[in-house]
Amino acid sequence: MSATTHSTARHKLHVTMPTDTEVRMERMFDAPRQLVWDAFTKAEMLEKWWGLRSTTTKVEKLEVRVGGKYRFLQTDPTGTVHAFRGEFTAVSPIDALGYTFEYEPMAGHIVQDDVTFEDHGRQTKIVAVMTFTSKMDRDGMVNSGMEYGAAESYDMLDELLAELGASVI
Amino acid sequence: MQDRLSQTFSALSDPTRRAILARLSSGETSVSDLAKPFRMTAPAITKHLKVLEKAGLISRTRHAQWRPAKLEALPLKEASDWIEQYRKMWEERFDRLDDYLRHLQSKPSGTE
Repeated sequence: MSATTHSTARHKLHVTMPTDTEVRMERMFDAPRQLVWDAFTKAEMLEKWWGLRSTTTKVEKLEVRVGGKYRFLQTDPTGTVHAFRGEFTAVSPIDALGYTFEYEPMAGHIVQDDVTFEDHGRQTKIVAVMTFTSKMDRDGMVNSGMEYGAAESYDMLDELLAELGASVI
Repeated sequence: MQDRLSQTFSALSDPTRRAILARLSSGETSVSDLAKPFRMTAPAITKHLKVLEKAGLISRTRHAQWRPAKLEALPLKEASDWIEQYRKMWEERFDRLDDYLRHLQSKPSGTE
């Protein structure tokens, strides 16, 4: 992974929880919409960025149409393979992509991801809303091999209380 | 533990309750003072306070006659840590996408 480093600062990721079963992520990218759409929907492109820096991803199946299925195999640094799969629920090039997301060892715990690509000329804003089928599922996702050290920041709390412009603790 | 997290998010899902917490972040407050900015009756506010108390997000003094409500930060911190984990995962994914898109466009045959 040695993309040329640019001095351009990264855009900020904004996270909110519109309801208690949804997490909404928003971020701007310096690329036209078609390119961003392709990066999400073409196997050879997805493999280049999906997952974590420490993992490699192999796209085993990717049928980009409503009802089509996908399956990704992610290999972590210990050599363990993690399989993720799902089905496309909305495909509307180059505006919106909806799919279910399931970590195979936790089959049945399905998250719905709805991703929209907003046209901002040479930039594209991605809005990804994850809807958990239940609050327990939402909590379970995090305990399924996606652990990071607990953050010590109250940033997210600020987001939760942002509507009020409250200063937190 | 997970149950508590769900309870926290459920308690936070209501804008009035979030507003109450925001208000309490600047100190203990009585029910009547809490009710003022909301155009709500004291009983309506009390109902919200019960939900918040049950979720462990606030505590209420037993001895003082006006029973002020006080913010309890721990469950909020757990909730924010949880979102933080999620945020990190997506942030990394998006950062990699960002690198990749830059890389694609820096090629001579790029799409600019």
